[in-house]
Amino acid sequence: MLKDITLGQYFPGNTAAHKLDPRTKILLVVLYIAALFTAKSILAYGLLAVTLAVCVRVSKVGLKALVRGLKPVLFIIVFTGVLNLFFTPGEEYLWAWGPFHMTEAGLRNAVFMVLRIMLLIMGTFLMTYTTSPISLTDGLERLLNGLKRFRVPIHELVMIMSIALRFIPTLIEETDKIMSAQKARGADFESGNIVQRAKAMIPILVPLFISAFRRADELATAMECRCYHGGEGRTKLHVLHYARRDYIALFFGCLILASVMVLRFMGF
Amino acid sequence: MSEMIQTENLRFSYPVEEGAAPVYALQGVDLAIKKGSFVVVLGHNGSGKSTLAKTFNAVLLPTEGVVYVEGLDTRDENQLLSIRQRVGMVFQNPDNQIVANVVEEDVAFAPENLGVPTEEIRQRVDNALKAVGMEEFVTHAPHLLSGGQKQRIAIAGVVAMEPECIVLDEATAMLDPIGRREVLSTVHRLNQEKGVTVVLITHHMNEAEDADRVIVMSDGRAVMDGTPKEVFTQVASLRSMGLTVPDTIDLLDRLQKDGVEVPLDALSVEECADAIAGAFDKISQEG
Amino acid sequence: MPILQVKNLTHTYGVGTPFQRSAVEDVSFEVHTGEFLGIIGHTGSGKSTLIQHLNGLLKPTSGQILLNGQDIWAEPKKIRRVRFQVGLVFQYPEYQLFEETVYKDISFGPANMGKTGSDLDRCVREAARLVGIQDDQLDKSPFELSGGQKRRVALAGVLAMEPQVLILDEPTAGLDPAGRENLMANIRDYHRNKGTTILLVSHSMDEIAQNVDRIMVLKSAHVLMDGTPPEIFARAEELLSAGLDVPQVTRIAMALRARGLAINPAVYTAEALEREILTLRKGGASC
Repeated sequence: MLKDITLGQYFPGNTAAHKLDPRTKILLVVLYIAALFTAKSILAYGLLAVTLAVCVRVSKVGLKALVRGLKPVLFIIVFTGVLNLFFTPGEEYLWAWGPFHMTEAGLRNAVFMVLRIMLLIMGTFLMTYTTSPISLTDGLERLLNGLKRFRVPIHELVMIMSIALRFIPTLIEETDKIMSAQKARGADFESGNIVQRAKAMIPILVPLFISAFRRADELATAMECRCYHGGEGRTKLHVLHYARRDYIALFFGCLILASVMVLRFMGF
Repeated sequence: MSEMIQTENLRFSYPVEEGAAPVYALQGVDLAIKKGSFVVVLGHNGSGKSTLAKTFNAVLLPTEGVVYVEGLDTRDENQLLSIRQRVGMVFQNPDNQIVANVVEEDVAFAPENLGVPTEEIRQRVDNALKAVGMEEFVTHAPHLLSGGQKQRIAIAGVVAMEPECIVLDEATAMLDPIGRREVLSTVHRLNQEKGVTVVLITHHMNEAEDADRVIVMSDGRAVMDGTPKEVFTQVASLRSMGLTVPDTIDLLDRLQKDGVEVPLDALSVEECADAIAGAFDKISQEG
Repeated sequence: MPILQVKNLTHTYGVGTPFQRSAVEDVSFEVHTGEFLGIIGHTGSGKSTLIQHLNGLLKPTSGQILLNGQDIWAEPKKIRRVRFQVGLVFQYPEYQLFEETVYKDISFGPANMGKTGSDLDRCVREAARLVGIQDDQLDKSPFELSGGQKRRVALAGVLAMEPQVLILDEPTAGLDPAGRENLMANIRDYHRNKGTTILLVSHSMDEIAQNVDRIMVLKSAHVLMDGTPPEIFARAEELLSAGLDVPQVTRIAMALRARGLAINPAVYTAEALEREILTLRKGGASC
């Protein structure tokens, strides 16, 4: 049931993709997204798809796992695909029926949009699959460190994020338990109209919120007892170091973005 | 100086609405806990035992009176970190004190806060995990561990601060018998091998059997204080405070009342059996 | 006819994944009307999975559960009716309270059954009375109550459905000795006065020993033993080697036997062991 949901799941491993500095991986994803939004031609998309395939190969994360990650957004993918396919204006209709029509531009748009979303999601998932949430938040904190100068509380934000990640499984388990307990008292979550179903959630949400607040309170005390006093003077178990492979990876990342830009400039 | 923690006329009341009379959860506690000792604090719910524990590392500050941790006054804000580093605290619910989603990161949390250099953090994490027997779980996700294992991770997280004293605030209450045994043997080992002072707050009598000293709290006061044998043989007073008596002593108490000549202070099962068998030997000698 | 029959129940989690594992495997047993059955086993022995089948929260992978001779899954749409007949109180049930008042919270179950008006009112008040909740507490918010009181309200919430079978998962977990004894006394009274069939799941051998007519021991998804308390505790050594506890009194009896005293191996209460010793002593003294 709820336990089967995976969020930002991490598959431990020891490949080059796992060993990359999390900052590198975040930057690579940013470069990749930029490239995806620059790409305008089959050639450019082909290049980006090949790039992703190579990365998947290197990371040894099965393609199956990546495709599974697409499932929750399948609706969005299909929806944008259909929208682009049938509603893109154009001069020559390849096919028409009432308000629906298909143009060559529409076909192109649909294919590219679907490709773009799929590659974007798979690329991001590849990062979360090969990076533990902790090092991901760590990388994020270090990357955004500069913003501290502008009084953005980066350390606090990142701490909130990593604690949220830590408590997701705990709260999912708790929701499961509360649901079972209320079902044992005859609660019915499966029938009725939308209003009735929403009302049926109250016996789950109230205890869940109360418990989340209790947990937060206890966690805060426990953290204080372990000498937590904000980010000041904090050291780290794992210190991030850029290695040679990071520079190489970033070089290739930039190279691919540059190639896609050149392709576009050349009219492809 | 051999006192780890010392309280003088410690009184504490939780904040009340304005105008209401304060209710004291602690009503004048004077205690001195020796360094390296294993002290069990017993008491029913609402006896003030958890409140007492929370004053030991400045989670709660005395309303009246003083608490000293190795001579440091817990009200001194400048000493807060060094007090908390000296007295580590483990709480009841293991899920609500684990901060990170990888075991080693969680154990590293306190040393990171203390600004310990990276290489030393690694050392401390490995040592702490070894000390609680969880070294195989370095890179595991804590939420997949059993209750006893999670609680041992929480202990490791405290051990990594290299504290002089560990306070366990009902840390065994939510565990099954196996988990409870794991936690108890872990803290006993820390006490014996590393000389860490242990203060164990519980309402399970049998967890007190191997302690150096047992303190019984009732209505915000320390009403009994002594070795386990001294405390548990006071059968009537324990019962009047809503506490149970270990089965060994209960049995010996019954036999004494039946006129059998047995001592009352045979606390462990083996001692108890020896005592009863001894009574039989006497009869056969007389006969 | 037994009220509950479990026939070759198997439950497998994660079928078709690498994590596939049977939590309950080919388990069969019967429960008779009015019986007080204790179920004991480690965390992970399959207890929780088993009891969630008895009220249809989980569906068997294979096997059957009969309630009053009827397969509870005969009409899957009517499974909710089974939940009213087999009341299940989860561990730490106080964490499921959600209503504004104690009264409303207790009435959640019976109202789901379709009860209204004076019938509903009677169910709520009677359930509250059974667990010792005073009338003036019914209008309070459940969140203002103490931990022990909250637990009673949660228990009342299930009793108010007037189930034929009541399943209690660790009802006394986390309570202090006095709280534990009070709650168990309530449950014993309820059993005596109502004649409801009760299944008590517990980690504590002592608690099981003192309350039930029959004990079922689960170990790694199977039933290891099933019998009356004397029958079960006569196999104390087997229990210990399976990593389970035996009551402290049984341990003392074992130690006495090891010292050559002819004590009945199946005693598990202090009274019974006291009697054994006294009888033996009379016999010995008269020689």
